[in-house]
Amino acid sequence: MAKVNLQDVRKVYPNGHEALVPCSFDIPDGELVVLVGPSGCGKSTLLRMIAGLEEITEGQLTIGDRVVNHVDPADRNIAMVFQNYALYPHMTVAQNMGYGLKNRGLPKPEIDQKVRDAADMLDLTEYLNRRPNQLSGGQRQRVAMGRAIVRSPDLFLFDEPLSNLDAKLRNQMRIEIRALQRRFNTTSVYVTHDQVEAMTMADRIIVLNKGQIEQIGTPSQIYGSPASTFVASFMGAPPMNLLSGSVGDGVQIDGGIAVSGPSPQGHTGPVTIGIRPEDVEPSEAGVLPFEVSIIEELGAQRLLHGEIGGQSFSVAVPKDQNAETGTMKLALKPGAVHFFHNENGRRI
Amino acid sequence: MTDISQTSAPAKQPVIMGRRRIRMSDVVDHAVLILGALLMLVPVYMIFASSSHDAITIHREGLQFGFGEHFAANYNAALFEYGGFTDSVNGVTMLTNSLILGLGFAIGKIIVGMMAAYAIVYFRLRFATFAFWIIFTTLLLPLEVRILPSYEAIQAMNLANTYTGLIVPLIASATATFFFRQFFRSIPEELIEAARIDGAGPVKFFIDILVPLSRTMIAAMFIIMFVFGWNQYLWPTLITTDESLFTLVRGIRQIIQAYADGSTTPEYGEAAALAIIAMTPPVLIVVFFQNWFVKGLTESDK
Ligand SMILES: Nc1ncnc2c1ncn2[C@@H]1O[C@H](COP(=O)(O)OP(=O)(O)OP(=O)(O)O)[C@@H](O)[C@H]1O
Ligand SMILES: [Mg+2]
Repeated sequence: MAKVNLQDVRKVYPNGHEALVPCSFDIPDGELVVLVGPSGCGKSTLLRMIAGLEEITEGQLTIGDRVVNHVDPADRNIAMVFQNYALYPHMTVAQNMGYGLKNRGLPKPEIDQKVRDAADMLDLTEYLNRRPNQLSGGQRQRVAMGRAIVRSPDLFLFDEPLSNLDAKLRNQMRIEIRALQRRFNTTSVYVTHDQVEAMTMADRIIVLNKGQIEQIGTPSQIYGSPASTFVASFMGAPPMNLLSGSVGDGVQIDGGIAVSGPSPQGHTGPVTIGIRPEDVEPSEAGVLPFEVSIIEELGAQRLLHGEIGGQSFSVAVPKDQNAETGTMKLALKPGAVHFFHNENGRRI
Repeated sequence: MTDISQTSAPAKQPVIMGRRRIRMSDVVDHAVLILGALLMLVPVYMIFASSSHDAITIHREGLQFGFGEHFAANYNAALFEYGGFTDSVNGVTMLTNSLILGLGFAIGKIIVGMMAAYAIVYFRLRFATFAFWIIFTTLLLPLEVRILPSYEAIQAMNLANTYTGLIVPLIASATATFFFRQFFRSIPEELIEAARIDGAGPVKFFIDILVPLSRTMIAAMFIIMFVFGWNQYLWPTLITTDESLFTLVRGIRQIIQAYADGSTTPEYGEAAALAIIAMTPPVLIVVFFQNWFVKGLTESDK
């Protein structure tokens, strides 16, 4: 167990591409932090720098009380779970899990004991003598988890460990990984581009975009008060509606549609207005005229897509509420309206 | 009531009276294949059949189709009778020499090729690509092209008439390096990273991960290289004058020549027997390792 600290860590690849602008954050002991962001935003780069698989161009990385910038991956006392499992195909499950311990020079009985304990925990006991190619995807991922657990590392690193699994297994493994992490109380960094995984697993989420940290916060902070339009539209499905408007005498959406409620402090002129699809509800007393053109059935919910004042807008309504295309009025729930700078997208 | 599809099923199967249509193209294909196979096999068979006749018969009537009575005698002579100018070499010695050359050649090439490929693929060498292409270019310079300088060098190092001189100059291998390089590059990056995190240093990684993963590749290389080494003729002829170092391939010629110089009939039967003996080990190796061979060259994903 250990806390992790990054101080102005930056990554420039040899070809000159700056994959990560200098960034700093702390991961407290025992916390599971999820790195989330679109493809190519630098999640893996950041994770691999923490693992020691990628050199740190600038800045300082501390794991526990040690600056580990130049420490070999094997000596950082970390364990990593890869997207494609990365199991050694020629070794049995037991050998796969024990290989790291063997390299550390542990006596064989002790390795066996640890492997058996881990296998027991992961329901892998009956597969210990199989080769990875005789296992299903979910079982392989478990072996990869087992390989990480047996080493009792200070830090777990996960790089999209579930993205090769089908949806159902993914849900199950997600819960299992979280339970294991809680049980060992091991500090973890978990990379994903799946926002459901991010929201459900994280103690804290770090949202990355183009090599920059957009926001760090708990899932409810990220969802409830996104720091930028990027975070607002990235986290949440369907994403937050973003409308251009202005602040003058009260708040208006372009086209002269007045929005009730408080207006941003100390800001006038053009602004981006964000409203989550579930933060509005159809109501006769509503202020927003909504033109519905498409209805999507999701089972538990119904999504209405259409326009407000010529700008596209979506609304989520519970399944028991009737909906039809045409014009309707929308009422805002309290605290529904978010304001963002119309140029740099930052929250106001 | 019976199921409709069941009752009607027999009617749908026309009775075939053992007359499968044979397509013309099949006939041609097979004819070509059979012809090719005969072309390869008949000479081998003739040598085999001839190896059971005595020298006089062969001298008078040429190679034989039927089997004669000197089978045991010929093979016995070929294997155990000492011959040559110095009477210091028999079939068994030559067989041993050939085996040493074939094995040394194959194992040496595999070790050198694997290590070269390992260095090129996994280490950040300054001129890795350049080095690779330099190695690759040596494909254009087979032994026959550089035979004189090679001979000079071995001579100067006093390695003529030694196993070292016989094997070492042939070992550096662009082919093996190339195949292993391609293979190593197909091993997923994550596997290497997982091994790094598991604390496998360069040597451990090579021995614990890379060698076992490459085993089909190694087997395939071994077959090719063994047969190649076994069949070497020019270089052994040049570098060994000591008869106790003769290989089988050389020995066959030696038998015929040695006797042809004299007044007696060349021991054709013995020579044929020796030819069959020379063919057997490579054939056995290919037959036994065939599966590995095919796997090594075709299996891509690990
Ligand atoms: N070895 C490299 N050399 C140069 N650029 C690289 C290298 N590896 C990655 N990059 C670039 O760095 C950026 C970040 O890559 P990274 O692999 O961290 O993305 P990611 O967030 O993990 O994406 P994904 O979700 O697709 O895995 C990308 O633009 C990528 O093209
Ligand atoms: Mg990635």
